[in-house]
Amino acid sequence: MTNELDIFVGNTTLIDEDVYRLWLDGYSVSDAVARRVRSGILEQTGATAAVLQSDTMDHYRTFHMLERLLHAPPKLLHQLIFQIPPSRQALLIERYYAFDEAFVREVLGKKLSKGTKKDLDDISTKTGITLKSCRRQFDNFKRVFKVVEEMRGSLVDNIQQHFLLSDRLSRDYAAIVFFANNRFETGKKKLQYLSFGDFAFCAELMIQNWTLGAVGEAPTNPDSQVDDMDVDLDKEFLQDLKELKVLVADKDLLDLHKSLVCTALRGKLSVFSEMEANFKNLSRGLVNVAAKLIHNKDVRDLFVDLIEKFVEPCRSDHWPLNDVRLFLNQYSASVHSLDGFRHQTLWDRYMGTLRGCLLRLYHD
Amino acid sequence: MPGKLKVKIVAGRHLPVMDRASDLTDAFVEVKFGNTTFKTDVYLKSLNPQWNSEWFKFEVDDEDLQDEPLQITVLDHDTYSANDAIGKVYIDIDPLLYSEAATVISGWFPIYDTIHGIRGEINVIVKVDLFNDLNRFRQSSCGVKFFCTTSIPKCYRAVIIHGFVEELVVNEDPEYQWIDRIRTPRASNEARQRLISLMSGELQRKIGLKVLEMRGNAVVGYLQCFDLEGESGLVVRAIGTACTLDKLSSPAAFLPACNSPSKEMKESPLVHPPSLGCRSTQNSPIHTATGSRLTQNFSVSVPTLIYTGMGSGSAGKEGGPFKALLRQQTQSALEQREFPFFTLTAFPPGFLVHVGGVVSARSVKLLDRIHNPDEPETRDAWWAEIRQEIKSHAKALGCHAVVGYSESTSICEEVCILSASGTAAVLNPRFLQDGTVEGCLEQRLEENLPVGCGFCHIPYDELNMPFPAHLTYCYNCRKQKVPDVLFTTIDLPTDAAVVGKGCLIQARLCRLKKKAQAEANATAISNLLPFMEYEVHTQLMNKLKLKGMNALFGLRIQITVGENMLMGLASATGVYLAALPTPGGIQIAGKTPNDGSYEQHISHMQKKINDTIAKNKELYEINPPEISEEVIGSPIPEPRQRSRLLRSQSESSDEVIELDLSHGKKDAFVLEIDDTDAMEDVHSLLTDVPPPSGFYSCNTEIMPGINNWTSEIQMFTSVRVIRLSSLNLTNQALNKNFNDLCENLLKSLYFKLRSMIPCCLCHVNFTVSLPEDELIQVTVTAVAITFDKNQALQTIKTHVEKSLQRASTDNEELLQFPLELCSDSLPPHPFPPAKEHLESASSNSGIPAAQRATSVDYSSFADRCSSWIELIKLKAQTIRRGSIKTTVTVEKASPVAEGNFRNRSAPPCANSTVGVVKMTPLSFIPGAKITKYLGIINMFFIRETTSLREEGGVSGFLHAFIAEVFAMVRAHVAALGGNAVVSYIMKQCVFMENPNKNQAQCLINVSGDAVVFVRESDLEVISTQQPTANCQPLCTGGEVTT
Repeated sequence: MTNELDIFVGNTTLIDEDVYRLWLDGYSVSDAVARRVRSGILEQTGATAAVLQSDTMDHYRTFHMLERLLHAPPKLLHQLIFQIPPSRQALLIERYYAFDEAFVREVLGKKLSKGTKKDLDDISTKTGITLKSCRRQFDNFKRVFKVVEEMRGSLVDNIQQHFLLSDRLSRDYAAIVFFANNRFETGKKKLQYLSFGDFAFCAELMIQNWTLGAVGEAPTNPDSQVDDMDVDLDKEFLQDLKELKVLVADKDLLDLHKSLVCTALRGKLSVFSEMEANFKNLSRGLVNVAAKLIHNKDVRDLFVDLIEKFVEPCRSDHWPLNDVRLFLNQYSASVHSLDGFRHQTLWDRYMGTLRGCLLRLYHD
Repeated sequence: MPGKLKVKIVAGRHLPVMDRASDLTDAFVEVKFGNTTFKTDVYLKSLNPQWNSEWFKFEVDDEDLQDEPLQITVLDHDTYSANDAIGKVYIDIDPLLYSEAATVISGWFPIYDTIHGIRGEINVIVKVDLFNDLNRFRQSSCGVKFFCTTSIPKCYRAVIIHGFVEELVVNEDPEYQWIDRIRTPRASNEARQRLISLMSGELQRKIGLKVLEMRGNAVVGYLQCFDLEGESGLVVRAIGTACTLDKLSSPAAFLPACNSPSKEMKESPLVHPPSLGCRSTQNSPIHTATGSRLTQNFSVSVPTLIYTGMGSGSAGKEGGPFKALLRQQTQSALEQREFPFFTLTAFPPGFLVHVGGVVSARSVKLLDRIHNPDEPETRDAWWAEIRQEIKSHAKALGCHAVVGYSESTSICEEVCILSASGTAAVLNPRFLQDGTVEGCLEQRLEENLPVGCGFCHIPYDELNMPFPAHLTYCYNCRKQKVPDVLFTTIDLPTDAAVVGKGCLIQARLCRLKKKAQAEANATAISNLLPFMEYEVHTQLMNKLKLKGMNALFGLRIQITVGENMLMGLASATGVYLAALPTPGGIQIAGKTPNDGSYEQHISHMQKKINDTIAKNKELYEINPPEISEEVIGSPIPEPRQRSRLLRSQSESSDEVIELDLSHGKKDAFVLEIDDTDAMEDVHSLLTDVPPPSGFYSCNTEIMPGINNWTSEIQMFTSVRVIRLSSLNLTNQALNKNFNDLCENLLKSLYFKLRSMIPCCLCHVNFTVSLPEDELIQVTVTAVAITFDKNQALQTIKTHVEKSLQRASTDNEELLQFPLELCSDSLPPHPFPPAKEHLESASSNSGIPAAQRATSVDYSSFADRCSSWIELIKLKAQTIRRGSIKTTVTVEKASPVAEGNFRNRSAPPCANSTVGVVKMTPLSFIPGAKITKYLGIINMFFIRETTSLREEGGVSGFLHAFIAEVFAMVRAHVAALGGNAVVSYIMKQCVFMENPNKNQAQCLINVSGDAVVFVRESDLEVISTQQPTANCQPLCTGGEVTT
């Protein structure tokens, strides 16, 4: 006796959160059943394995049918086939678009192309996330990217509007889209210690201050409906950054800058002498990073450069985080007292964001 | 030209991509009614076209309005080749044809294609203007209301219950016409869908004519079925109960049976309400359809006469003679009807006087190979024959009427089993005649009928019993005789005194049969039938005893015929009626008493059975008050099986075999184990696993012993098909497979719905079919309803409920205003009562809050409230005008309120535009009040695929199709302005597959009543202000639980 056909259709679509998770995690029906058995559900409910198998199949079938709608979440809201309470719809969408930290670190900044998709096998092996789940997450990134890539206005708002994600998740996706678009390198060995959260934080700062969307608006207001795009860096701004080079090229300016910082920080830093010794190197590093950003290649290496030029030297001298903060504050602020320097606003736009990023990146 | 149909096509959305090059669609719409077609403009390059068309106007006969569906076809314009069809929408405009229902159909309908399923949605507005028609011999019956509900619909009062109406229509099945060889599957499916839609429209119109003939204005318990007879044709048949209904809440203006939405109709001579003096037999002749497009069909109407007066109530005699008088009156009232049958299963109080028992009849027929539409009487004659049999069975039980009546068929190739069953009963004539009932008679009746046990009293003559039976004096009133077991097909009467809870009882049976042709096959089946009936009956009886119960309600026995086997499935709800004697146990006796080990085995089994009975008694809380036999003063009831199923079967002949199921004179509850078969029977008795704790199940409307329903409901359909291994199939193996199939299905349901515990599966409806040689298909539709597990509060609540229920019936006007208000999603401080009745209602303001509190799961809440409840209980008894019915609600369910409410937790999904439509097989919605019936929903769909594997195999295919059917039902209800379907039933689910060809096809037929309901909690919020500070936290507690 075999079940040829076995279905259950409720007027309100039944969603089992646990099974949904297993499905999202890419487990096959039999793996999912095995995991459910291990969770002790049989003992709790007195059900048999056959019942569990049938139940799991049923849920999987439902999820499979829902998947098409989840690709365009507003469709899920307006469709008539599955009657699902709004709170459940939100849960379905949010979970579907949620991603694994390990996975996102692998593809962050990579081109969301067929080529990357082919590498998913390796990512799956490396991270222990099932290939199916990797595919879903990758396709989600790509789908969101495709929809909002060319769109005007706030990136986060666009994502929220077209994918109905929570604020938190929309911001994460904004970071993913931003990284994918600018192809920032995040996979190098020396960047491995950074979490997705670190990058997302930097992305948000950069979107707020360095993109076209940031121009002309209070840069701290991310919700502003600026009539321009959030995904591309402001080319003009990058062009202008070359002007900062004078800070290290002009020896007098560099010396003045150094003495201003040292005077202000004397006695306040535990690593004062190291700072004094390294000042020129550090400053050269930071300013050169700015000056090079006009080249796409150097944009991609932004994080590598920041780590090499700033984070690593400081770390090797065992700067405490607080000293880094004091230094960066003083380093940025002192420029205002340099009479010969005319690009104060440009400096603030650059350094304001960079300071935030560096502080976030400076950890073990 | 009595009607103008107006249609406007507004917009489409989510259309499929029809042009691969542009990834877009150039859509336009054809609107067709009868032979007239209109087209919209082509809306270029969009998946969300905005046609915003003019009003397309069709001027048509109201006869056509009733028969024809409105057909909307969405197409993709193609300049170079033929336009591609995207899909269709059929809209039944019948609900627009009577006054109290919907006035406009407007909303998003899924665009359906029989090959691709749902492909986007279309927004349509439909209106009808009806003109006066003075022709009294007209063919239409606009204005007769139809209800699937098998009781008097909630917001109506039955003035007269006229009786049985039936009709059938046949046609050739398009699938078997020669043209089918050359047309596409899509064209063939659409031809079938359209034909069935036409036939059911016509059938409904004809039934309506009969109702007008009887001077009724409504059909209740309307059941329409299709018989797919294959090559010999397609039969659509319907039965129902004609009634004259009064809308309860509405003032006198609505009392006449309005025939149409237009006011002038009231002057039409046919539609005057039945009144004294015009109760004549001058019926207008029934005309067979003349202008009908279906020239091949036939229909024979069985004239069913209206009751034409009887002697006035000369009451005042003493008990005994009075009973005779009553019977005499009822008899005279009913004998004038050809078939005194009622499709109702629940009745107005006092309607049902006595219940005799189940009567059923079956007949095996060979479908005539030559289809001759000119000689159409065959099918009608078949049914007439069966009904006659039922009638005579009822008479033998001393009853003049049959209630809970239903008919069904099972077809395999050219063999067809026709079945009919019902419950023989004696009815109170007061509902069967016109309005004015002699007051004294009425009162007399009520005095004479003890509450809660009257219906159990035997209707037949004690000295002249129709079958050997054992009677005792009623355990409730001690005055009248009752049988020891009672089987019925109706719902448990609301006033019945019941001990403990009920439970679903099923008897399952398979019998192998040799493959045979024609007459030989029919004979083989007829020979098997009596044995199957006998065994099904024995199983039911044993299982009933095992549960420690003494009565079955809602009994439905289905016999299904297949190529090489017969299946029997009986479902019923067992209860312990307080009026009936306690059932005896089950004794097991072995045949060979000398064998020691064998005896040990027997005693072991006996112990197991006794344990099970004890366990069940505990589980279902069956602990009747002990009554010593002397007190009753009746002959000591021996445990002897007595209830009886009258049945007979015939094979196209008049040969009637009476089967005595009473097991002769021997003590029935001794099970003799004399062979392996018997052993297996005993084993199977013990294999039925009770539902897990927190679950109950029944196949009736309500679960006896549970009154404290909360508002969460989940209707579902589950389908399973198993393939039998064809090797060495024996009856035993077959039985086991079938038993396992049903038991596993139930187990799966319990598991799936575990989050609703404590809950009850109500109206569990199993259907068995044998689509192929080795396939068994079981389809279950039921609704899970949660209830409040706090048993301590239950009794109190029942009390409150009763008093309030009474109050609410005479205070219906309270229920009118919430309609407008409920859209204002739960204002924190509801409006101050503006109207008079608002103020009157606010006097009982404490109750809603407290009741809501009881439903909150936290026991602390309940504790806090229990003292409250006491207080309220006192209050409630003094309330004369109340708007609340009792059942507790946590969920806020007016769709708008629900939507808004959830906004808080799910901000991104705030603007969901799809309103929630509830579906339930029950006639009510727990915790809510039905305020309006919008019309009948009766839909037939075909779905076919030639890419079965790609659609997820058979399961994927059927799962998607059933979900689509639900969606289309919900969309139609929403377009009518409703928010629920009650009395929903999936009448047919015919599934055929051909995996080798990667093909499958499925036909589904569903029906129900579209309604508008209002949450009682919303009523409460609106009608009562919450004055005390106490109730505020309680209310919020309730909201959070959603």
